[in-house]
Amino acid sequence: MGIKRGHKANPVEWVAEKMIFGVSLSAIVMVFLIFAFVTREALPVILGRTNTAAARPARPVGDMEKMSPRELQEYLELTPAEFAQKDTETLKLLMEVKIEAGQELRADKDSAINTSSWHYLLHPHQWTGYDKPVYIWQPVSQIAKYNIIPLLLGSLKATFVALLFGVPVALGAAIYVSQLASPRIREWLKPIIELLAGIPSVVLGFFALIVMASFLQSIFGTQSRLNAFVAGLALSVAIIPVVFSIAEDALTSVPRSYTQAALALGASRWKAAWQVVLPAALPGVFAAVVLGFGRAIGETMVVLMASGNASILSMGLFDSTRTITATIAAELAETVFGGTHYRILFLIGSLLFIVTFLSNMAGEMVIHNLKRRMEGKGQ
Amino acid sequence: MSAPSHTHRFKARQWDAISFCFTGLTGLATFLIIAILAVILGNIVINGWAHLSWGFITGGTQKDMFSVGASGVLPMIFGTAARVILMSIFVMPVGVITAIYLTEYARTSSLATRIIRGAVNNLAGVPSIVFGLFGLGFFINFMGQNMDAFLRGGTQAPLWGKPAILWASMTLAVMTLPVVIVATEESLKAIPQGLREASLALGATKLETILKIVLPQALPGIMTGAILAISRAAGEVAPILFTGAAYYMAQLPHSLTDQFMDLGYHVFILSTQSPNIEQTRPILYATVLVLLLLTFALNLVAILIRARIRARMRSLQ
Repeated sequence: MGIKRGHKANPVEWVAEKMIFGVSLSAIVMVFLIFAFVTREALPVILGRTNTAAARPARPVGDMEKMSPRELQEYLELTPAEFAQKDTETLKLLMEVKIEAGQELRADKDSAINTSSWHYLLHPHQWTGYDKPVYIWQPVSQIAKYNIIPLLLGSLKATFVALLFGVPVALGAAIYVSQLASPRIREWLKPIIELLAGIPSVVLGFFALIVMASFLQSIFGTQSRLNAFVAGLALSVAIIPVVFSIAEDALTSVPRSYTQAALALGASRWKAAWQVVLPAALPGVFAAVVLGFGRAIGETMVVLMASGNASILSMGLFDSTRTITATIAAELAETVFGGTHYRILFLIGSLLFIVTFLSNMAGEMVIHNLKRRMEGKGQ
Repeated sequence: MSAPSHTHRFKARQWDAISFCFTGLTGLATFLIIAILAVILGNIVINGWAHLSWGFITGGTQKDMFSVGASGVLPMIFGTAARVILMSIFVMPVGVITAIYLTEYARTSSLATRIIRGAVNNLAGVPSIVFGLFGLGFFINFMGQNMDAFLRGGTQAPLWGKPAILWASMTLAVMTLPVVIVATEESLKAIPQGLREASLALGATKLETILKIVLPQALPGIMTGAILAISRAAGEVAPILFTGAAYYMAQLPHSLTDQFMDLGYHVFILSTQSPNIEQTRPILYATVLVLLLLTFALNLVAILIRARIRARMRSLQ
């Protein structure tokens, strides 16, 4: 939009432009930093440097003097800050506890497993006491189990329900508002629907938890009050404004001459909308769905409050479910800083970032191409 | 078109039935969205209004924040207000300058512009919980701990390297950057090109034109951006879970390194940690209503200003 004059000749102008350009790069820097620093915390797990195997040889208390402070700190699984606070007596006590715990643990063959390795994050394993290989997310137990498949499935289940209900409603409304409603009604409808986007997700979660869950349970008679279906339905309310406004935008960007030509040829309004405008805007509608998917899979508070949070692997929509986002929100505060559990939560966070990044990119690219094509043809 | 045959008329009537269905279905979808909005708002307003009183809004939280008679939300309102104001201070300059670059300086086809736009759009789609992780990983663990190490020698208890209102605000500032950029850009584009050309023709430089002609004209739009960013951030809980929100604090935060209580987080606590959900229901609903009134009032103002800007833009084209 800018007008090009000889402003670059003036040094003040030149410096100002360079500085403005520099600041405008901050969005790029931020996206990069988000990726870098979320991944940084997860790096030891990604590279396989963490080890949860508890059956490492226990060392007698007498070894304490021989070990370097750093060695001792790692052996006792303390953070540097915690280690600095403890005096020699406490450390001695911790050594004894460690030996006793080690004796108990070695009775279980699972204790020799490094559960934070990629194999155990992704593949099922037959743990002691189970009669077949299973996928389990159970980070707070004697032997921490970090299989992320149940969480992945949980996220996909809630997202599926959200898209199933949200997309048809949002698209229907987008067609109505952009093609069929009179301009006066349109001016009213758009801000009202945009208002839905203003409801904070914690309020949606609250509504799902307090009102919707009981209502839906009384209808379907489900076993668990909070389940993937309730969470998904609440999520659909969160994605409707997103899908609506992008789809509406795409439908509106189709040149009016298309509709006028169709109407002039004798088509009714709905036929013009359905057979001319919608096909022309289809990539934009597709992008709306993709971006709605990204929004749904990344939504945290709704699923944290309404999904029940049981990390069981099941395909049932009415079973209590735990998603990736809810797991991070619920568990990170209670993890040991810098511990394996902490790092694995960052790992699933960076996976989430990558998934939403890719779906955003795909959506944006489609919209960009569509807009360019429409503008080109509209002239 | 003259004298349509019998079959023609029959066909047309059949189309009318489909047309009716099609319009009906899409209209129904529109109605459904408005109904959902009405049900949620109605439920909250009806149930929340009963317990909403001046004492509730201005009351501090006693040790027992679940007691129906004694608890208030002033510390949460204070915490939420403080963090969004801090956030605006961080995000507004960066957002407005980026928008100025994109509309006034950048060539739309250049690679840098496309990458900046892509990054802005991408930033808007990053899940809020990932911002929380980023705040913890970057602001607290990286910036905060390094500040402790350099400024305080790393010997004392951490001052910067722990959750604080400063880090929560910065995390939210990163999150709301796209909101500000998009709103500002929209308002800059609505300013007639002739205004800029007139200013340049009178001998003003490009920078003078932007500072003295373009920005004052764009002020309502920039305000909209700020309001939208604030209303978006005020309701967000996930990004502040690990970066600053406190479950309970006896005092209001009085420095940038303090933690804070937050309205949205308080709604979460009241709905999930309450010892007796039936008994605490009145305070829960009242707190939700306060949060909703806050975000909606802001949103409504922003939407109204925005509608006016859009109308002006349409009249220009």
